[in-house]
Amino acid sequence: MAEYNLPDSVRYSREDEWTRVEGDHVVIGITDYAQQQLGDIVFVELPEPGTQVAAGDPFGVIESVKTVSDLFAPITGEIVTINTDLAETPEAVNDDCYGDGWMLTIQPASSDELQGLLSAQDYAQHIKDREE
Amino acid sequence: MSAERPGPAPENAVRGLAYEEPLSIERSRPGRIGWSLPELDVPAVDPADVWPEGSVRSEPAELPELSEVEVVRHFTRLSTWNAAVDLGLYPLGSCTMKYNPKINERAARLDGFAGCHPMQPPSEAQGFLQLCWELEQMLAEISGMDRVTLQPAAGAQGELAGVMMIRAYHEHRGEKRHKILIPESAHGTNPASAALNGYDVVPVPGGSDGVLHPEAVDALMDETVAGLMLTNPNTLGLFEEHIVAIAEIVHSRGGLIYGDGANLNALLGIARPGDLGIDVMHFNLHKTFSTPHGGGGPGSGPVGVKNILATYLPTPVIQKVEGEEGDCFTLDHEFPHSIGRLHGNLGNLGMAVRAWTYIRSLGREGLRRCSDMAVLNANYLLARLRESYHVPFDRAVMHEVVFSDRNLAETGVTTLDVAKRLIDHGYHPPTIYFPLIVHGALMIEPTESESMEGLDRFVESLEAIAREAKEDPETVKTAPHHTRHTRLDETRAARKPVLRW
Repeated sequence: MAEYNLPDSVRYSREDEWTRVEGDHVVIGITDYAQQQLGDIVFVELPEPGTQVAAGDPFGVIESVKTVSDLFAPITGEIVTINTDLAETPEAVNDDCYGDGWMLTIQPASSDELQGLLSAQDYAQHIKDREE
Repeated sequence: MSAERPGPAPENAVRGLAYEEPLSIERSRPGRIGWSLPELDVPAVDPADVWPEGSVRSEPAELPELSEVEVVRHFTRLSTWNAAVDLGLYPLGSCTMKYNPKINERAARLDGFAGCHPMQPPSEAQGFLQLCWELEQMLAEISGMDRVTLQPAAGAQGELAGVMMIRAYHEHRGEKRHKILIPESAHGTNPASAALNGYDVVPVPGGSDGVLHPEAVDALMDETVAGLMLTNPNTLGLFEEHIVAIAEIVHSRGGLIYGDGANLNALLGIARPGDLGIDVMHFNLHKTFSTPHGGGGPGSGPVGVKNILATYLPTPVIQKVEGEEGDCFTLDHEFPHSIGRLHGNLGNLGMAVRAWTYIRSLGREGLRRCSDMAVLNANYLLARLRESYHVPFDRAVMHEVVFSDRNLAETGVTTLDVAKRLIDHGYHPPTIYFPLIVHGALMIEPTESESMEGLDRFVESLEAIAREAKEDPETVKTAPHHTRHTRLDETRAARKPVLRW
């Protein structure tokens, strides 16, 4: 079984996104597990700032050498900023998925949904269950 | 391999008689020509005097300047780089890369077909129209549909046409339905066809046995849903055994069922989609009916409909008119509810000639035997490779079988590496990483064209690669080794594409 970097400093969705609260906003990206599964990322399509998203809805598309996958919003809210650097350097998602590979920030509609997200330990179990 | 190559590579054989070949523009030499014309014996006319302003170049276009033999060698060398069904097994899953019988080509080259102009009036193309009408009847008979159009130029356009007819049907009835249900095991083009028609795509999860269950459809099917798009057999190669119950649910709530005919090669003469509840479907003549697929195309994606959708067919519709002096065939434009024209003319009709020839040369029994053998061949591969590769849904399959790289996880060898290594063994790689619901999918469709000895050789190659993955993974991970160029940097090619020279 491969090893995944799952820091305790973020919370996880079942669709393999991570969230980190920074002030009023929530930063979102994809997990180390997701980037390993996808392989070399070649393109990330993100929504315009100001777009409203609902938890569970697709907000963008990520393309790797071998597949294309939707990105799912872990929480409901309004997109505040997006990581425009990913247009030129999508490999940042592979190299540093919790840092330079961040995707967007959301102004959450409420703080309740954040409580429903998974801890690193629960997410690790979720991955394990899925692989079996 | 270590021996020095004589001379500069581009002009010489790189490996025996296997040639490297530069771009034609790189071979160009100023003034070199491949033709000679007689002296002009009429008054010269300056194009700038007779053509509108702006339509005459001030500088000649930078076209390659080559002799005739250089042009012939250039394209002939490139043609030798092709993998082709005529060279060997081409096991692309869901693509049905079956052998294209040469009699098809002979028929298509008959003067009456090859020389017929697309704009020729129907009165001068009665034989061609008769063939098209007969092919429509044969496809309807094979599929259990009522009417067929040959217009769509390939499968994706057939899907577009089919979903347009579903939309026209609901709009005509004044219903506002904005969703289409698509199982996760359906073809990748299905969501695109639905989205192009303005529908929201709702994925339907499959069961742990790999097929769609009525309960999953029941939970999602309501008056906002226009229909369900189903691929049967699905992309796992499994027959959707609950299709009749699923169709009942969809129909009872006002929806229609679209059938993706890409996998029809499993069903010829055995089951008819129209009898199973499908309302509209497309056929891929370049898959099931042995017309060229890929670079040899063009494709052809006829669409069949039940009578409830016939009024929406693209125009013109070929009609048979019975008369005292025999039948004649006309082009009917009087379809006020038609979704319109889908093709500049009547379709890629050279393919219709080939498909007609294929169906007539095999006949009812022969078509059924095709599907029997296609299914047998896929199950033979499943039985022989079960020990070497992980089988995500281990049950009897139809015409294709999906393996995965899961049992190779310890070695670090992935599906991509196995596919690349197969090239060294002389095989075009199978479909990989599809369907998406199987991680590391390796999707193999042998078709009925392969002999048992041919399948055994393919099995031995895949077994050898599985062994090699454990004993010498590096060799597999760096494959292919026996090609003119070794592994390409696909990541860099996708991130920093060079699109022009």
